[in-house]
Amino acid sequence: MTKHTQTATNGVNVAALLGAREALKDAPDAARFKWRATSEWVKGTHNRTTVDGFFGLGQEQKHRQTYKFESDHPEIFASEDKGATPVEFVLVGLAGCLTAGIAAVAQNRNIQLHSVKATLEAGMNIQGILGIDPDVRNGFDGIKVHYDIDADASAEDIAALVAQSQKRSAVFDVIANPTDVTVTSKKC
Amino acid sequence: MSERTSRGIAGTVDVVVIGAGHSGLALSYLLGQRSLSHVVLERGEIANSWRTERWDSLRLLTPNWMARLPGYPYQGDDRDGYMSAGQLADFISRYATYISAPVLKNTPVNRVAPSSHGFRVEVPNGDWLCQTVVLATGAFSKPVIPKLAEAMPATIEQLSAHTYRNPRQLAPGGVLVVGASATGLQLAQEIQLSGRPVTLAVGEHVRLPRVYRGRDIQWWMLATGVLDQRVEDADDPDRARRVPSPQLVGTPERATLDLNVLQRQGVKVVGRLMGLRGSVAQFSGSLRNVCALADLKMNRLLASIDEWAEANAPSGIGPIERFAPTAIGEPPQLELELGEDIRTVLWATGFRPNFSWLDLPVFDRKGELRHDRGVADVPGIYVLGLPYLRRRKSSFIHGAEDDARELVTHLTGYLDRTARRDPPPRPALRRLPG
Repeated sequence: MTKHTQTATNGVNVAALLGAREALKDAPDAARFKWRATSEWVKGTHNRTTVDGFFGLGQEQKHRQTYKFESDHPEIFASEDKGATPVEFVLVGLAGCLTAGIAAVAQNRNIQLHSVKATLEAGMNIQGILGIDPDVRNGFDGIKVHYDIDADASAEDIAALVAQSQKRSAVFDVIANPTDVTVTSKKC
Repeated sequence: MSERTSRGIAGTVDVVVIGAGHSGLALSYLLGQRSLSHVVLERGEIANSWRTERWDSLRLLTPNWMARLPGYPYQGDDRDGYMSAGQLADFISRYATYISAPVLKNTPVNRVAPSSHGFRVEVPNGDWLCQTVVLATGAFSKPVIPKLAEAMPATIEQLSAHTYRNPRQLAPGGVLVVGASATGLQLAQEIQLSGRPVTLAVGEHVRLPRVYRGRDIQWWMLATGVLDQRVEDADDPDRARRVPSPQLVGTPERATLDLNVLQRQGVKVVGRLMGLRGSVAQFSGSLRNVCALADLKMNRLLASIDEWAEANAPSGIGPIERFAPTAIGEPPQLELELGEDIRTVLWATGFRPNFSWLDLPVFDRKGELRHDRGVADVPGIYVLGLPYLRRRKSSFIHGAEDDARELVTHLTGYLDRTARRDPPPRPALRRLPG
């Protein structure tokens, strides 16, 4: 067997992740996170969402900085296109989650990555959101993700990275499986 | 005086073994070799669950030549065949006779509790006092059924692999089989062939060919040392213990059973059952990935077999083979209306042991027995026969021997230590009221 003397440098702190896994095994409460966003309507279909803090490890946490996201609809929808379409943010989330997973799994398996490029495409029949055909769903009828990966590994090992990343991906799970959604409102 | 302490005592022994299946009997044989006094308490007949809690067509996933208990190899003439549950029960019963195991049949254990010098094992006809207890009641005592089952429409008939016997039990019409282990695939196949259209919900699974390069896949697993892998060498022991049984079936044709075979026979394959909205079952969109994972894992195993074959050159093997990837053609269905088209849901979602009669602080927050490779957290309590307890083969028939040997060594050491530190009262019975 060849000895791996080289350690992959993908910039993922796997030791910390494995340490957290070990520590949280017997601390179920610390493992309960709450992810949060606030948003405010700007004008037309333009909306601004802010991500700032979240809850985890038993306390309130803060991002290093506040992140703001502009969402809107394209001009062919008679909108002003001040930002990405909300459904595109779903693809942003999926790409971010799967690729982070690939990097973490690659680091854990000591596979050096050189480039990881994803192309995502979601199909949607807008007869659903326009209420034209009640048999057409509002959301995607499918999502295709394709990865082009340059890494020091065999094609099979790369396929295994991508498969393992899906298996452990939160956003993949959110999209692929039903989630209970509660929306409330109040007159101010 | 409480009723409990006034109960009669049947006897005092070093070891009470609970369960006269293959594990308990293998252990009994090894205890006998060390002249340790013991009884084997059996709630019903020897090999009871194999006689009463298995579906009719079940056969072992391992070929007969692998069936072996300590001092007792397979002696039949169908070495490449696979025993039915009844044949295995007979094999185990003959073993009990052969080793003259001290089995008390029809003796269900109601409770195991601490006593002043070890444990008190409560059974209807008089309790047993002992220093050590070995739990050998098996890994398949009760079916694991997801909470979702409670929300199923009342018109849907629900069965588990524990209560299922054969397709004639089922109403005519469609059947949703949930789970893609050996159990799920075997039941999906026979129900589909009975004329009831089957939809199979598939989560993570283990795909294996029955025969590879002319040899039973279990021959390779044994020869390459996979079955002897120790749990402490597994990357993640907890996960290794949760891996579902591989998609295998034991038939005279030594046929492979996988999702491609089932789909050719008309079974509809969908993702893992994730939710229920009214009478609509919702399936995960992860089907392609769980199939890709299983294909990759199978191919890694086959590659390691090929590597071993290259180095060890066993005679008479066939050429290297690779199998078609699991085909998921059309986008799989994500929803299914239960009722008209699906009359029955069959839960093939696994089994778990049942230690509900164990009145000892030995369970974790999820209700699972805390133990290190069979040595429980309460000194003097041992467990045998669980999947990957000490080795990958731990739940196999032939896997009982090595585990039982190591546990008997530990148990003997424990008895010696407690005898030195804490000599047993003489005679033990006098100390007890009643």
